[in-house]
Amino acid sequence: MEINILLVDDESDFVETMVKRFGIRKMPIDSAKSGQEALAALAAKDYDVIILDVRMPGMDGLEVLKLIRERAPLTEVIMLTGHASLEAGMQGMNLGAYDYVLKPADFDDLLDKVRKAFERKQLNVKARKQGA
Amino acid sequence: MLESSGYTKLRVKMILTTLAFSLIPLFILGYTIYRQFEISHTSKILQNLNHITENKRRTLDLFMNERISQLTAIAYTHKLSYFLEPETFERVFTLLQARSKYYIDLGIIDQNGDHVVYTGPYQNIRTANYKNEEWFHQVQAKGIYISDVFLGRRNYPHFIIAVMRRDGDKSWILRATIDSDIFDSLVQSDQLGAGGDAFLINAENVLQSKPRFGPKLLGKMDLGAVPRFPGVRSEMIVMDGKKYLFGLAWLENKNWLLAIRDDPTEELMPLTHTRYWVWGILAGGLLLITAGTVLTSTTIIGQLVRSEREKASLNASLTQSSKMASLGKMAAGVAHEVNNPLAIIKEKAGWMRDLLTEEDIKASPNFKEFEDAITKIEYHVTRAKDVTHRLLGFARRMDPIQEDININEVLSQTVTFLENEARYRAIEISTSFEKNLPFVASDSAQLQQVFLNIIDNAIDAIGKDGSIRIRTRATHDPEEVVITIADTGPGISKEKLDKIFDPFFTTKKVGEGTGLGLTISFSIIQKLGGRINVESQEGQGATFIINLPLRKA
Repeated sequence: MEINILLVDDESDFVETMVKRFGIRKMPIDSAKSGQEALAALAAKDYDVIILDVRMPGMDGLEVLKLIRERAPLTEVIMLTGHASLEAGMQGMNLGAYDYVLKPADFDDLLDKVRKAFERKQLNVKARKQGA
Repeated sequence: MLESSGYTKLRVKMILTTLAFSLIPLFILGYTIYRQFEISHTSKILQNLNHITENKRRTLDLFMNERISQLTAIAYTHKLSYFLEPETFERVFTLLQARSKYYIDLGIIDQNGDHVVYTGPYQNIRTANYKNEEWFHQVQAKGIYISDVFLGRRNYPHFIIAVMRRDGDKSWILRATIDSDIFDSLVQSDQLGAGGDAFLINAENVLQSKPRFGPKLLGKMDLGAVPRFPGVRSEMIVMDGKKYLFGLAWLENKNWLLAIRDDPTEELMPLTHTRYWVWGILAGGLLLITAGTVLTSTTIIGQLVRSEREKASLNASLTQSSKMASLGKMAAGVAHEVNNPLAIIKEKAGWMRDLLTEEDIKASPNFKEFEDAITKIEYHVTRAKDVTHRLLGFARRMDPIQEDININEVLSQTVTFLENEARYRAIEISTSFEKNLPFVASDSAQLQQVFLNIIDNAIDAIGKDGSIRIRTRATHDPEEVVITIADTGPGISKEKLDKIFDPFFTTKKVGEGTGLGLTISFSIIQKLGGRINVESQEGQGATFIINLPLRKA
């Protein structure tokens, strides 16, 4: 099953490499370089998992997270942080993020978390359908 | 903190100021009271003395006046011929003696100086002629004469009073001899104290009455030249090197000076007593105030030293805390900035590794070299990441969890981690744990990290052969658990002691330590509400002391 993934990070070198690495694993992902871009992308397409950098110029990762939770409550978010940092990660969790990963992250670790987040999303979707 | 000499100076200043402010009023008060008492007492003594002197003088003057008027009355009531009858004259004398037994004899002398009639015990002077005597001329000239006391023909101290009666162109003299003992009884009285005295002297300082002390009657009593003055006067006169207080008064009818002497030592006894009392009270007050001042200043200085010391240690720990806080911020910033490029490097290396699976690259002769290089890049990125993550760990603000921990258990668990390493280096780790140590509400994982850091450092410091002693004990007030970890290593120099908790301060070789272990330990212990201290002297090992409150305040 294909997972719709969006990576949000302002470091273009990082984004570029990640896109390639996911791509080679047959998991095409979209990318956004800022919070605004991410929200625009979210409006156009329904994402399963969003990998969101905490510290970005302009809109802060935590702010974007809040808006994502409002607009697409079923989309799971994994916080990516190089910041001082369990704190921001924990804050993200409190705001409803699925998990957090400290930069520099282990790619396999991140991949694992993305899969688990997708599983949870599917469970949530199922639960909502049954509830409805 | 002040130097100890500064405290000594402060203390001396305090003592002196307090003493000055309390002793000066005390002495002024003491002196004033004494002085006032002295003035009032002295004036009372003088008043008393003047009063006695005045009374005595009146008595003496009265006595003299009475004698003179008696004799004058007798002389003028009858003609000479009346007295020439011996029986009549005898009767007059008897009458006189009845009034005053101090009359010794009575005689009449005619204008030629011949004793014409005499009655009294000294019949041998009956025929005496007084024509050339000084007193005879005096009485002829003045009508009344009172002599000084003398022994005379009777060889008995007496004085005479002579009254002249003129009868036409003739004159005769009625002369009475009076025992001078009368003065002794008139002058002396028990109003004077044990050392007091009273006497009469004439203008030449010859005694006219018997004093109680000193020369006999008719001896010299040298009071110096006292000019005649009216009324009563009191004076301090030095006699035989001793000061005496005298009440002085001249008699009215005779050029005699009445002197009443007070013994000042006796009269001033209450004053002396008062002086002793005043000195005693002052000395007592001095001792009490001095003791009190010394005690108070010692207590205050002690308090000051203690609070200064507390302030200094508080300052030191505040400085350390703020240093930690700012360094923490900096570390977090650096870590963040380094983490982003590290993430990119890591992902790029990962991408390269991904590409290595491609067939054509596998065939490349340098495939092995590429793989090695990527592995090394990944390894060193991980190493760098460890550093940045530890920095972030040091800087992180997360609240530690609170659980009831048995410190003894955490310590023995920590020791088991390091036992192998220690054994390998012939280092003995001995533990002495207080039984029934109270539980501490704290974070066991974080504490373990601290203990691990310290014991690990101790092992590194010792190197080979030595021992590490770990001790726990509970203290009351404040309720704390104290953990002491002492090693037999080379110790820490004084300059290094100050920096030991600073980040990136390490004595280990480059690459062996990050210099963050003790920094993290310090911030962990601080977050847990405790204190960590090191005591060490070069060459004598080092001791880490950790105080943990039972509950975080």
